[in-house]
Amino acid sequence: MFYLIQLLNGIQYGLLLFLLASGLTLIFGIMGVINLAHGSFYMIGAYLAFGLAKLTGNFWLAIPLGLVIALALGIVLETTLFSRIYKRDHLYQVLLTFGLILIFEELRSILFGDDVHGVAVPALLDYSVRLTDTLSYPVYRLFITLVCLLVAAAMVLVIHKTRLGMMIRAGSSNREMAASLGVNIPLLFALVFAFGTALAAFAGMIAAPISSVFPGMGNQILILCFVVVVIGGIGSINGALIASLAIGLADTLGKVIAPEYSGIAVYLLMAVILLWRPQGLANKT
Amino acid sequence: METITLPRAALLVSTLLLALFPLMASTFYVQLGAKILILAIFALSLDLLVGHTGLVSLGHAAYFGLAAYVLALLSPKYEAASFWLTLPVAIAAAGAAALVIGFLVLRTAGIYFIMVTLAFAQMIYAVFHDTKISGGSDGVYITVRPDLSVAGLNLLDLENPVQFYYLALMMMIGVYALLSRVLHAPLGRALAGIKANESRMRSIGYPVFAYKLGAFVLAGALAGLAGYLAACQFGFVNPEILAWHQSGVVLMMVILGGMGKLHGAVLGALGYVLLQELLSAPALLGSYAKHWQLGVGSLIVLIVLALPHGLAGWLERTGSWYRRRRSSSAAEISNG
Repeated sequence: MFYLIQLLNGIQYGLLLFLLASGLTLIFGIMGVINLAHGSFYMIGAYLAFGLAKLTGNFWLAIPLGLVIALALGIVLETTLFSRIYKRDHLYQVLLTFGLILIFEELRSILFGDDVHGVAVPALLDYSVRLTDTLSYPVYRLFITLVCLLVAAAMVLVIHKTRLGMMIRAGSSNREMAASLGVNIPLLFALVFAFGTALAAFAGMIAAPISSVFPGMGNQILILCFVVVVIGGIGSINGALIASLAIGLADTLGKVIAPEYSGIAVYLLMAVILLWRPQGLANKT
Repeated sequence: METITLPRAALLVSTLLLALFPLMASTFYVQLGAKILILAIFALSLDLLVGHTGLVSLGHAAYFGLAAYVLALLSPKYEAASFWLTLPVAIAAAGAAALVIGFLVLRTAGIYFIMVTLAFAQMIYAVFHDTKISGGSDGVYITVRPDLSVAGLNLLDLENPVQFYYLALMMMIGVYALLSRVLHAPLGRALAGIKANESRMRSIGYPVFAYKLGAFVLAGALAGLAGYLAACQFGFVNPEILAWHQSGVVLMMVILGGMGKLHGAVLGALGYVLLQELLSAPALLGSYAKHWQLGVGSLIVLIVLALPHGLAGWLERTGSWYRRRRSSSAAEISNG
């Protein structure tokens, strides 16, 4: 029973990682941009949930408000900064987005201080399912799992079954060819970027009640997302899904089995994948 | 051909200035100077990868921090460790880590390479942060600095800031000379070839992977030297020394200064430390001084958008523009 709980936790964590990593892998795959600030969007989401829930007094109101703000932020960043560095060397993309991380972290520190804050679990979901006499499972975690599954399914459908998804896939495999066939590339890029930003912020918002909000929370999860993208293969949504679940489970179960070394388990997994298949699970060489 | 090092006269003058600096500065500035020299070694080591081989490593702090931890682990609690023993061990440890990690990460390229170097550096961070090997997240103190005596004769007293400054200066000059030697040797030309066109180098028959691995190990070992000196100077090591923020900062120095030029890395270290001192001075900015990274971040964003070739490239451009203007006005005068 104890391991069932850990298994559920691992799946929930993995799906949450997928929300982040899918946006990241699309931005890599389509625009060819390495975005270190993607973790900051997760942090911004969590602090938006914290700030807006305090302001409005209602978590359910905070989420749509936060999503609108995150989308707007994504569009502003894409048009003012990121659209200027698509063609530049990766080095400058790393540098610019590193600068953005510093800016976001300091703004966070000025606006919210450096303390750890909690966000209350919404009253509607604030109870637990009893599994045995001593163990129970919080409904909110089940809710996260369900929401992430829905978002993941919607995303896979959009990418594989709609016209927009077709354009995204076309832009990802050959940008110039897609543009010459009449796809509005600047608009598509702005859309994908804003969408990725909103997904990351959404992950931060729904994770806030269980993880609390704290300084540096974005950087920690960013590196796990990188590992997911490396294992799954750049630009692949399916690869990102498999890799997210693998990393979520490895991290959660690692913390149970060998707490001191759990931080290393994820990277060892990555090393094995690199030796076996350097281009990621989903991409064929 | 690209200029990798400064002209000989400029090198001589700047070396002389650096050597005379402790005679005219207070202890605070001597210590700041030593810090800049150490970071210059760190930036030089990364420039070998980023600027000369075309490998953007975002995990270079791992080797810096690892060597610092080696000194901390080898130092007895209340006595001085031997400099002559701990320095080679620290450098060898950093080089060995670079060999193992390099073997894995060099199988990838481009964006993958950036992410994977970052991830492996984070693994080493996790080792020191989560386990009790060396104080966990609290870090450890090095109470007594290493001892440089040879046969009972103490060559340099590292507790003395001025003498420590000269040690750092000698090391920096040594690394600069070594790298300028390496880069002008066949090895350096091969690395430049790999940076320009890797597949061509491979089809000519160069063992590209071995060359890249060699550069990666050398860069890791030199970063280890810098980390060892940093641990000596601060007398304290905690996991933040190998956190990815540190890797980002050193990459920033290399790019700020101008990649592919050895003096660029030194300029970058100087510029970054001075900027940090300026933006974190409470006398200037009051309570906003503790948010100094806001200024650094904004400046990075501006520089990426406005100065694509770094400070060294910008200086060179304005310099050549100025010379052109002077020579054209001189031509006008002689014609008129």
